[in-house]
Amino acid sequence: MRRHLRAEWTKSRTVPSTVPLLLGVVALTVAGGAMASAATTAPACAASGCTFDLTKLSLTGVLLGQAVVVVLAVLAMSGEYGTGMVRTTFTAMPRRSAVLAAKAAVLTGLTLVAAVIGVLASVLAARLILPGNGFTPAHGYPALSLADGPTLRAAAGSVLCLVLVALLGLGVAAAVRDPATAIGVVLGLLYLFPLLIFVISDQAWQRLLWQVSPLNAGLAVQSTTDAGLPLGPGAGLVVLAAWAALALLAGGLRVRLRDA
Amino acid sequence: MTVTAPYRPDPPAGRDGFVPVLRAEWTKFRTVRGWVAGVVVAAMVTVLFGILVASGVHCASGPFPGRPVELPCSAPLGPGGEAVDDRFFFVHRPLDGDGSVTARLTSLTGITTFPPPDHHPVVPRVVPWAKAGVIIKAGTERGSAYTAMMITGSHGARMQSGFTSDVAGPPGGVSAASPRWVRLTRSGGTITGYESADGTRWTEVGTARLAGPARAGLFVASPCDLSVYQGTFGGVGAACRFTQATAVFDQVTVRGAPPGGWGRTRVGDTGQRTDWELYHRPAGVQESAGTFTVTGSGDMAPLRAGEHVTVEWALAGVPIGLVVIAVVAVGFISAEYRRGLIRTTLLATPRRGRTLAAKAVVAGTVTFAAGLAATGVAIPIGTRILRAGGAVVLPVGALTEVRVAVGTAALMAVVAVLALGLGALLRRGGAAVAVVIATVVLPEVLAKASILPDGMARWLLRVTPAAGFAIRQSVPEYPQVIGYYAPVLGYYPLAPWAGFAVLCGYAALVLGLATARLRRRDA
Repeated sequence: MRRHLRAEWTKSRTVPSTVPLLLGVVALTVAGGAMASAATTAPACAASGCTFDLTKLSLTGVLLGQAVVVVLAVLAMSGEYGTGMVRTTFTAMPRRSAVLAAKAAVLTGLTLVAAVIGVLASVLAARLILPGNGFTPAHGYPALSLADGPTLRAAAGSVLCLVLVALLGLGVAAAVRDPATAIGVVLGLLYLFPLLIFVISDQAWQRLLWQVSPLNAGLAVQSTTDAGLPLGPGAGLVVLAAWAALALLAGGLRVRLRDA
Repeated sequence: MTVTAPYRPDPPAGRDGFVPVLRAEWTKFRTVRGWVAGVVVAAMVTVLFGILVASGVHCASGPFPGRPVELPCSAPLGPGGEAVDDRFFFVHRPLDGDGSVTARLTSLTGITTFPPPDHHPVVPRVVPWAKAGVIIKAGTERGSAYTAMMITGSHGARMQSGFTSDVAGPPGGVSAASPRWVRLTRSGGTITGYESADGTRWTEVGTARLAGPARAGLFVASPCDLSVYQGTFGGVGAACRFTQATAVFDQVTVRGAPPGGWGRTRVGDTGQRTDWELYHRPAGVQESAGTFTVTGSGDMAPLRAGEHVTVEWALAGVPIGLVVIAVVAVGFISAEYRRGLIRTTLLATPRRGRTLAAKAVVAGTVTFAAGLAATGVAIPIGTRILRAGGAVVLPVGALTEVRVAVGTAALMAVVAVLALGLGALLRRGGAAVAVVIATVVLPEVLAKASILPDGMARWLLRVTPAAGFAIRQSVPEYPQVIGYYAPVLGYYPLAPWAGFAVLCGYAALVLGLATARLRRRDA
């Protein structure tokens, strides 16, 4: 397994797209969060009598950052199919599931680093921006802090979310192979579910779809104030993990059973 | 040292021209089964999803989750053919020919129920668009034509007519110390509105047409007070809380009316009464010594999207279809790079810009045809299902409906060209698909599902290619009507064609960059 890991690490390290994509994850996560924080002001909200979940607001960028995570994950797999490198890989390392596992491990490590940096910077950016928009302790909004239990949970959960999305992308790419199709499938799965939930008017169906939607369920962990969500933070992450596991299983079977 | 130019073969004689290139690209497209299937699937998904959405909407349940108020299942139509809200208290006399109605307004007060942030049950407050004044209306039925000259809660004097027209007059409110005069005169079917601070010097505010028998008199309306909250499953809910306004008129004169008493009508009466009306102050009029105290609620306004269903609900599947279109259009070029076919293609057509242009024409045309088939089926079937479910589908003119159907097909075609351009520019199919989805589909979906904060959603729908979705918006925003004009309810920050132009700008830019890159770089 160490050999496999090393091979995959060398590939990731030397492919020119890896570093820009990782930087993209960080940049989009932070930019999305900062934009959401900058676009929200306390008075506009207070007029309609609402309260904001500032932690969730600060982590809005995860929605955008995960698109880049998906590209990174898909390219890790289908890049090899595109160039034919995969035949060399399987010749050198005939245990195909081990290759997939090594890829998953390297991808997890890379995504984890980018996600931690991105999420921490997002919280920091929101902490700096929000008081300027009227979210001050005087108005009942204490400064965001990771020492606060729910905020820490939301931040850690967001990191985990990004990692699970990467594994989902890797699994789908292994199953579908064509990078364009794989990215279409994963992003469609992530981003079209909310649309589906929104337009279904039957409450029971809405609830069910919300519970199985990888994006909605996964990001439930970001919520620090809304107790009325159909899934708790832990259960939400389990749903996303189940999607990732299913995709990896399908991808693993396809890699093992079919010609490369 | 000599510099040799790279060898570029002369174009072969006799085969020069755009048509053969176009034919070659069309042949490529048509012979790859996956691409043809993809376009068909995109059209089918668009239609089926629209039908799925339409069949789930019923008038009593409402299109938005968590709505506390039941939607009315029917709406009257105004003189312009739009669905309207027409509720107010009307004190009137007949006016069949020329004449005028004049009144002095000495007070405009009101109440608002359960206003945020503290949600006290009832507070004395006049909502900004509460209105009181004089009106000439074709009848007392809902939806009949009217022209009114009014003083509003905080938008000064206004002249409004036909439910959609609004002309601003002199600003300022009304009080006992500074009463306001309003007058409407009718002469030969033309009504002119005037406002005055002293009853002698009059300012003309505007004119409108209204011929035939009519009723003229005083009116008071007070639209409900809107507050919007986030739905648990995405989307927003809106609570429209009861408000009421009371206006005191004196020195009321109606010229041109036959002798007789005043008629009193609660226009658009549903029979429902709030507790406030039952136990404190009902809508109505009290008259003593020429002073009329009129109390009323409601509004004269076109209905808004969000509170009612619009034609574009049948096109809810477009973002899903676009994901498939993006994959196909990107593949149309990136597959050539992946398989090395691009070298053969460029050998056969050495003028590289032409190849890309031909591909863009093929991808755009095929997508437009599929898109038009999809919207042409989805809109009639979808609206029919919506109406069968009892929902009020806000009626729009035939031209608007055509703009929505053709515009949406054009939107899909331009997105296909954009995707193709990105595929040529980036050469990597995966990255190109990701960029298209992230910049076109994502802002629209996140804004619609209200996952993003409203301010950010508006901003994204201005500057990203997703601005093009504005072409689907069938009903316009009315600044004089209280409503939640947000992307989540289908109101885009840019006008339909402006939004579409933003998308076209991006497509042209990307295609230009891709052509330059294709010309300069090795394939």
